[in-house]
Amino acid sequence: MNSFMRFVPLLIVSSIFIVFLLMMGGERNPKEIKSVLIGKPVPAFSLPTLQEGEAPLTEAALKTGKPILVNFFASWCAPCRAEHDNLMYLAHEKGISIIGIAYKDTPEKSAAFLAELGTPFTNVAQDQEGRAGIDWGITGVPETFLVSGDGIIRYRHWGPIVGDGLEKRLLPKLEEIQ
Amino acid sequence: MIPEIGHFALIVALIVSLMGAIVPHMAIARGDTRLMAMAGQFAYAQFLLATVAFAALTYAYVISDFSVLNVAANSHTAKPLLYKLSGVWGNHEGSLMLWILILSLFSACVAYGGKNLPLRFRSRVLAVQSALLVGFLLFVLLTSNPFERLDPAPFEGNGLNPLLQDPGLAFHPPMLYIGYVGLSVAFSFAVAALIEGEVTPLWARWVRPWTLAAWVFLTAGIALGSWWAYYELGWGGWWFWDPVENASFMPWLAATALLHSSIVVEKRDALKSWTILLAIVAFSFSLLGTFLVRSGVLTSVHAFAVDPERGVFILAFLAIIIGGSLALFAWRAPKLTPSGIFSLSSRESALVLNNILLATFAAVVLVGTLYPLVLEAINGVQITVGPPFFEFAATILMSPLIVALGFGPLLAWKRGNISRAAQILLPAVIISLFVFWITIWHDAAGMIMTGVGIGLGSWLMLSVMLEINKKTNFWIHPRGFWRRAKKLPRATWGMSLAHAGLGIILLAITVSEAWTEETLRLMKVGDSELVGGYNFTLEEVAPVAGPNYTAVRAHFLVEHNGNFIARLAPEDRVYSDPPMNTTEAGIYPLIRGDLYAVIGEYAGSNAWSVRLYFKPLISGLWLGAGLMALGGLISLSDRRQRIGAPASKKRLAFVSIAAKPAKVPKPAAPAKAIKPKKPTKPTKMAKAATPKKRTKPKKSVKTGA
Repeated sequence: MNSFMRFVPLLIVSSIFIVFLLMMGGERNPKEIKSVLIGKPVPAFSLPTLQEGEAPLTEAALKTGKPILVNFFASWCAPCRAEHDNLMYLAHEKGISIIGIAYKDTPEKSAAFLAELGTPFTNVAQDQEGRAGIDWGITGVPETFLVSGDGIIRYRHWGPIVGDGLEKRLLPKLEEIQ
Repeated sequence: MIPEIGHFALIVALIVSLMGAIVPHMAIARGDTRLMAMAGQFAYAQFLLATVAFAALTYAYVISDFSVLNVAANSHTAKPLLYKLSGVWGNHEGSLMLWILILSLFSACVAYGGKNLPLRFRSRVLAVQSALLVGFLLFVLLTSNPFERLDPAPFEGNGLNPLLQDPGLAFHPPMLYIGYVGLSVAFSFAVAALIEGEVTPLWARWVRPWTLAAWVFLTAGIALGSWWAYYELGWGGWWFWDPVENASFMPWLAATALLHSSIVVEKRDALKSWTILLAIVAFSFSLLGTFLVRSGVLTSVHAFAVDPERGVFILAFLAIIIGGSLALFAWRAPKLTPSGIFSLSSRESALVLNNILLATFAAVVLVGTLYPLVLEAINGVQITVGPPFFEFAATILMSPLIVALGFGPLLAWKRGNISRAAQILLPAVIISLFVFWITIWHDAAGMIMTGVGIGLGSWLMLSVMLEINKKTNFWIHPRGFWRRAKKLPRATWGMSLAHAGLGIILLAITVSEAWTEETLRLMKVGDSELVGGYNFTLEEVAPVAGPNYTAVRAHFLVEHNGNFIARLAPEDRVYSDPPMNTTEAGIYPLIRGDLYAVIGEYAGSNAWSVRLYFKPLISGLWLGAGLMALGGLISLSDRRQRIGAPASKKRLAFVSIAAKPAKVPKPAAPAKAIKPKKPTKPTKMAKAATPKKRTKPKKSVKTGA
């Protein structure tokens, strides 16, 4: 065993540990899968709204010239209840328009959910089969997308908007765009 | 009160372990033999205290004491007793307690079984074991106390993840942990040998049974885990190359390599630093397997205790143990000069090839597991390394291994004759090539890899048979077979059985991957479906209630050409605490293959989505793994494997050498020097092989450096 070879195992392990150390710090959530849609235009969709008799909601509704939030929710989803207060705050105190997309849910249940908790949404579309969910690449509900006025996705909030998530992650992104 | 006793026992165990980690080294420095012998007492005390602590936690689970946070978070009164018990280790804190218990058990076994080891060496080994225990106890006491109280106590607990409520998984973690922790003994022996600065053939003989025992448990544990995945996850897969599975596979590969390289150390006094390195690496993989998935660094579907808070401690712990032992290795390795030499075509060379391929495979699995992490650290891109990568590597690396595996056992030690081995194996070559061509010709649609797999599997099985035939002379004189078979050492039988097991696994993987038939459809009661020549009829779908779940159970009647074969009853269970859905596949193993049925969601109008499979030869996977483990056990029962087996006068000879103070470090031996050591060869074979004249033969391989 020559003088260099015997240090090789130690060097390999040290470099692996440095990577571990780098990956452990910060806000990184290993469960979160990053969205590939950041910086891309919103996917095209056409979904029926919750109110009967209205025209279907399309991606055109997102190009309003002002930042808008798109929130995937469902009445069967417990974390959606947890973030509801913050959505109400964003809609009514901050005056941000939020489009709700009821994911894999019946219209009756979605309506009951919103009647019970109040609605933060300017408009609610139904994605009963989850097709729009696939196009937007969501991994579950709730997920919230921040779309700038020109219809480009700027940020994806994974999981419920609760605790630090609102103050430290969503609001700074929102201010950045505004 | 009982949990406090457990907590107290852990604290006392920490103090005893600290003493056990320090006192022996001091004793050796002073040359105080009485104090050196204390290392054994420390080990027994550690085991006793760990048992008390573990029993206290188990008691809290059995009586459902929800004032203990850990019990409240992971247990439930409605759980059957078996799962209350398995719930003890079905969570982060409890599984660490199991680690501690098994680690201290192994220390106690080394203390008890190692009475024949030189006192000095034994104390060193036990001191290293104690140091490991200190790390684990600190981790538990500082970051993951299982005895933390909850006030007020809840009325009912949260329950155990229903996927884990399964007999296969009740025993999978303990098996795997015995395997992981068993490798700690090899590690401690290696570190002790590095501290002493000497590795002898006797060292290899001592460490081999421990490695073999750990390997047997690892094999069984991994097989049990894959069996669980096969029938519980409900889509017919049995291995996913998931980070946690890889984490258990890497120590297995390293342990397999170690098992083989330690033979070379024992027989030829070569490959020493490599073997020491393998012992360190194997246990490091075990630690990675236990900890990496909990640090929050990697994600995995299996990780049940991700908590970044603990990550820093884990990382520091791993850095000290792995980094420390490798630094010791870098410092001491030059002292480990090999004395034995062997020719290019010899059993030793075959074992070296085995080691190169196994180690490369382990490295490839490590790279595949960590690459996504490195990539994300560099440029933030998230990727997954999937089965194609690992399967490709397995094919490339394992194919030559299996070809060589046929030859290895037929080559003589030191100087073998490949062409004679090839002569013996000629029938196997012809038949496996024939099988290969038949497979490709029969299924012309580009199934070359299937042909290769089947060819290699039959090659391995046949060569094992030919090797036994050669050793027992069965073909020429069948009458004396039993007499001669009984004379073969058990280690030989163990080896042949384990190798044949690998051949069966290979055949099972290839055949089941290539010819599985699968149907996914909606079925109503009375509908029939033909899968793999078997006719599945859905007879009934009925609700059933278990102790802590409700389920829908389907009844399938399976017929073949109108003859009754089996009834399958797959279930779709909904557990109440925590609410979760699991599938229980209905499986009926036939010799030809498994009938496998899964019932899925209700699709309306009396129809259910069902998945039906016919998986040919898949039982061979677990049969083969069982044979490997059995081979290990048989080999372990060989007299020569038992500790203390070397004849006493040779042992004395070693003791007198080992008891000398560590030699003054010599400058690193030049790569070509063959330094004759004191003739301390313990075995007949080694003695016979030790050449009188120490001149370098022309064709020799230099190894171990």
